[in-house]
Amino acid sequence: MTILGIPILTLIVFAPLAGVALLLFVDRSAESLAKWITLLVSGITFLFSLPLYWLFDETQAGFQFVEKVPWINTWGVEYHLGLDGITLFLVMLTTLLTFVAVLGTWTQADRHVREFMITMLLLEVGMNGVFVALDVFLFYVFWEVMLFPMYFLIGVWGSDRRLYAAIKFVVYTMTASVLMLAAILTMYFLNYKATGEFTFSLLSWYELDVGLPVQYWLFAAFALAFAVKVPMFPFHTWLPDAHVEAPTAGSVLLAGVLLKMGTYGFIRFAMPLFPEATDAALPLLITISVIGIIYGALVCMVQPDMKKLVAYSSVSHLGFVMLGLFALNAEGVEGGVLQMLNHGVSTGGLFLVVGMIYERRHTKTIAEFGGLMKVMPIYATLMLIIVLSSLGLPSLNGFVGEYLILVGIYQVSPLAAIISASAVILAAVYLLWMFQRVFFGEVDNPKNLGLKDLSLREIAVLAPLIILIVWVGVYPKPFLDKIGPSAQKFIQMVQVPASSRTQVVLAPRSGRAAPQVPHSQPERR
Amino acid sequence: MSAYLWLIPALPLAGFLVNGLLGRSFGKTFVAVVGPGVVGLSFLLSVLAFLQMLNTPGMVTSQSVFTWIDSGSLHIPVAFTVDRLSGLYILIVTGVGFLIHVYSVGYMGDEEEYGFWRFFCFLNLFIFFMLLLVLANCFLLMFVGWAGVGLCSYLLIGYYFKRPAAASAAKKAFVVNRIGDFGFIIATLIIFTVFGTLDFATVLAEAPYRLEAGGALVTAITLLLFLGATGKSAQIPLYTWLPDAMEGPTPVSALIHAATMVTAGLYMVARLSGLFMLAPYTMAVVAVIGAATALFAATIGLAQNDIKRVLAYSTVSQLGYMFMAMGVGAFAAGIFHVMTHAFFKALLFLCSGSVIHALHHEQDMNHMGGLRKKMPITTWTFVIGALAIAGLPLFAGFFSKDEILWQAFASPRGHVAYWVIGAVTALITAFYMFRMVALTFFGASRVDPHHAPHVHESPWSMTLPLIVLAGLAIVGGWIGIPHVLGGDNLPNVLEHYFDGFFPAIPETAVHYEASVELMLMGVTTVLALFFMWLAFRLFSSKREQMAAFREKMGGVHSLLANKYYIDELYDLIVVRPIHFISDKLLWRIVDVRIVDGIVNGIGNTARNLGGTLRLTQTGLIENYAVGIALGAVIIFWFLIF
Repeated sequence: MTILGIPILTLIVFAPLAGVALLLFVDRSAESLAKWITLLVSGITFLFSLPLYWLFDETQAGFQFVEKVPWINTWGVEYHLGLDGITLFLVMLTTLLTFVAVLGTWTQADRHVREFMITMLLLEVGMNGVFVALDVFLFYVFWEVMLFPMYFLIGVWGSDRRLYAAIKFVVYTMTASVLMLAAILTMYFLNYKATGEFTFSLLSWYELDVGLPVQYWLFAAFALAFAVKVPMFPFHTWLPDAHVEAPTAGSVLLAGVLLKMGTYGFIRFAMPLFPEATDAALPLLITISVIGIIYGALVCMVQPDMKKLVAYSSVSHLGFVMLGLFALNAEGVEGGVLQMLNHGVSTGGLFLVVGMIYERRHTKTIAEFGGLMKVMPIYATLMLIIVLSSLGLPSLNGFVGEYLILVGIYQVSPLAAIISASAVILAAVYLLWMFQRVFFGEVDNPKNLGLKDLSLREIAVLAPLIILIVWVGVYPKPFLDKIGPSAQKFIQMVQVPASSRTQVVLAPRSGRAAPQVPHSQPERR
Repeated sequence: MSAYLWLIPALPLAGFLVNGLLGRSFGKTFVAVVGPGVVGLSFLLSVLAFLQMLNTPGMVTSQSVFTWIDSGSLHIPVAFTVDRLSGLYILIVTGVGFLIHVYSVGYMGDEEEYGFWRFFCFLNLFIFFMLLLVLANCFLLMFVGWAGVGLCSYLLIGYYFKRPAAASAAKKAFVVNRIGDFGFIIATLIIFTVFGTLDFATVLAEAPYRLEAGGALVTAITLLLFLGATGKSAQIPLYTWLPDAMEGPTPVSALIHAATMVTAGLYMVARLSGLFMLAPYTMAVVAVIGAATALFAATIGLAQNDIKRVLAYSTVSQLGYMFMAMGVGAFAAGIFHVMTHAFFKALLFLCSGSVIHALHHEQDMNHMGGLRKKMPITTWTFVIGALAIAGLPLFAGFFSKDEILWQAFASPRGHVAYWVIGAVTALITAFYMFRMVALTFFGASRVDPHHAPHVHESPWSMTLPLIVLAGLAIVGGWIGIPHVLGGDNLPNVLEHYFDGFFPAIPETAVHYEASVELMLMGVTTVLALFFMWLAFRLFSSKREQMAAFREKMGGVHSLLANKYYIDELYDLIVVRPIHFISDKLLWRIVDVRIVDGIVNGIGNTARNLGGTLRLTQTGLIENYAVGIALGAVIIFWFLIF
């Protein structure tokens, strides 16, 4: 599938670069023009990503829209892109949220607007690239491309303690990246040892059976790198600080997309590459997911700052996503993938609405507010819908994902399901308590009296998210149908018996492994 | 042929959407037509569906609308079923619901436009979710309605959002209900694992084969479901939200917190009676909790002065009654009381609303009295409601209450203790109801002199529903006339209606002479009459002596007036510890001190190290990163090769 002669995935990934190029010619002071260009470019990118939904063949589990050209021949690096049912929606979520974030930040970006917009567009390139790259080298390049704009978003356009938050973000993610890089290079050499071929092709690596002690180490390196990103307990403490300091657009993309990099990494790399290690680590991973769910929810309850509250709720919600993936059955994995999407929409939405009130009052402290229902009824209504989606009210999106995850994990560990289900109580407590303190009661703070309700632009920002919240909640079938086959394939890969893969023989040095055996396809469970 | 079933819930949903999107621009009249209108249409369709169901072989009609969730082995269609249980329920929900909508047009008429609009939106949404709950043919769809009515309850309790008490009450109701929801969700997970489906019909049909009767599994499932029921239907230990819920507008109290939503727990137990009958232990728990709640809440009702709070505790108590009936296996009796209670309790609430409306939002009975001359319709309809709940023969409550008491005594699962508790509760009920009648409508007026001259009867939109409900509170019980009274001439219509619907109790019943039943009936009736008279006399003309009596009873009275300090107890043993752990331990110590401490420590060490190794310090993080990466690769290299 090509548009204007350009393959569609390449087009989607690099379209924002056209915007960057245009912006470089825009005068620094022409802020309005810079915004319009960015909005237009991100809007067009979103439109480009829409046909993916219709063109995607849901009867197929493999990668689609594949592009493959040699890039750095000496190292065996390829420019290799592709999309499956899992990344299909992640890419669409990314293009949508970028557009929404740009529109949402319209009146909030106050300094270096042009540079801000460039950063946003570069971030979009990195994010989409990470999701579609099938060459591990290329993946790593995009991964780094994505981290730096986020670092700048926090460090340059953040609020008071932005430097502390940015450095903390970097320390965490750099440590993670470095671990991952080491593991990637090791895999590269291992693959060479096994097949005699230098390649970063992920699909080739899938055929590899890494021996046991090494597999544990490599899995640990990948898992740790991604766990920081998710973030899983106890690697989550960068998240509240990053969110509190980041500008709204940064928070939206950080929560909506960047956290999904972690869960996506587990799906695409850590788990299918190292099935035995995954199997051995499952009890531990399930345990810390459950801890994260409850821990995040408990800590949420006592947060005085709205953004911090939403940030901690992400820890809890992402715990659910991980739990679904670790269930390794259809309901759990499909629920987990759907919940990645749901979290992006709901939490992205929550950060947007918090940003809207922050723009008006320059504070996010819950105690500063009260009685806003009277002053800002439209705002209150839209926020309530997003809050309800986030706390998993049936008929809205969050419930479908959470319930599927619970069904999935219950078949593996009833105890984990029961403990994490109690988060439905806690989520109601922290979100509604926040809602109550902000919106109910008399307007007792005179600063809140003259607040303006949402503008048409702000309603337009939230509208697509609200539509998705209701759509996925009432009729999730179109989403689940497309996720299903890819989820099934993921499960098969993690459960595939090691014997069908090419073994890495570590000694003697010259040992070549048996020829590659094609993937066996076990029966659907 | 039943392709219109989806319209029954869809109409109120459409009302919600139309009013929600257009209502504000089209004004109050538009809202006041659409809101009650859709519920009225829904009622007509419900009648049609009910009649059609009666004439269908097997007395079940259903319609599948679309597939909701389809993932792995989980298939959840959106499908509706009308059978004898849900058929009766949709009549109650839409019928009483319509009357209360009409009443609300008058009651909420003084509200500003924004409030009026919001109120009717939420009320329609509530009817939608309630119908979804009732018509659902599987656990998960029922749960959508189940949680949805909880949401509407939250929104409507918090309707007067400026009042902090209303805001807190709303949140409390939602959170307490979520505790029940937790039980419900876990139960569905177990059921899905055992049966591979969440469809009611399949689960009930296969339950005897897949679950061992009396076994741990079915006991766990039913206890978890019952936890859900205690939340929704306000039973011990989760009843505390309902009295607080009276912060909502009075029509809401009548519709949601008396007639419909709070009976959802009973509906669920009745719908799943096949499962509950397999778990005798759970049934005993249901009966004991029901009996305990009935008595406990009734005693609190004795010492409340807020007119709506008395009714709220009365509702908790009556719901306990119904659970007691179901616990002893008398499902039909429980549902019978659900129906009559919907009539007379909605009536009582609406009458109290009429009073509150007339007195400019005064709810304290100490500031009422002598209203009967100025508000005759309200007074006499209220008296009819009070007579119905107190169990005066021929009134609706008499038949249903008597049926429950008799079953509590005579059912093989029954016990004389249940009968005693039920009878004592009935007497207390008679007493506090006529205390209310006396304090509100009789005796000398204690109304605030500012308002006294303006007190007047409510408009017809309010009194008409009162009159209709009063009629139902009288005749509603006649469909369940016991054999000992009706003989062959007056058949027990309800018993015939539910014939074979609920599972029979396996144990054989002891056969009692008709004289035993008549004697028990007589004893409770005479005593109830005495207590009505006593309360009426004491509180209409001897209030001073009562005050002195209350002084003497100081300790007991304050225990009752403060609701046994249960709220304070929950706060102490649940709310505060969780808050403390979350705040002081998890956040400020684990997160800030331990995890961040380590991270910052590493950062500082790195910085100090950087200072020492000045030569290698380039200030660029990438260089460090490359260094670490190379180091790591070397380590791996040694490990592997």
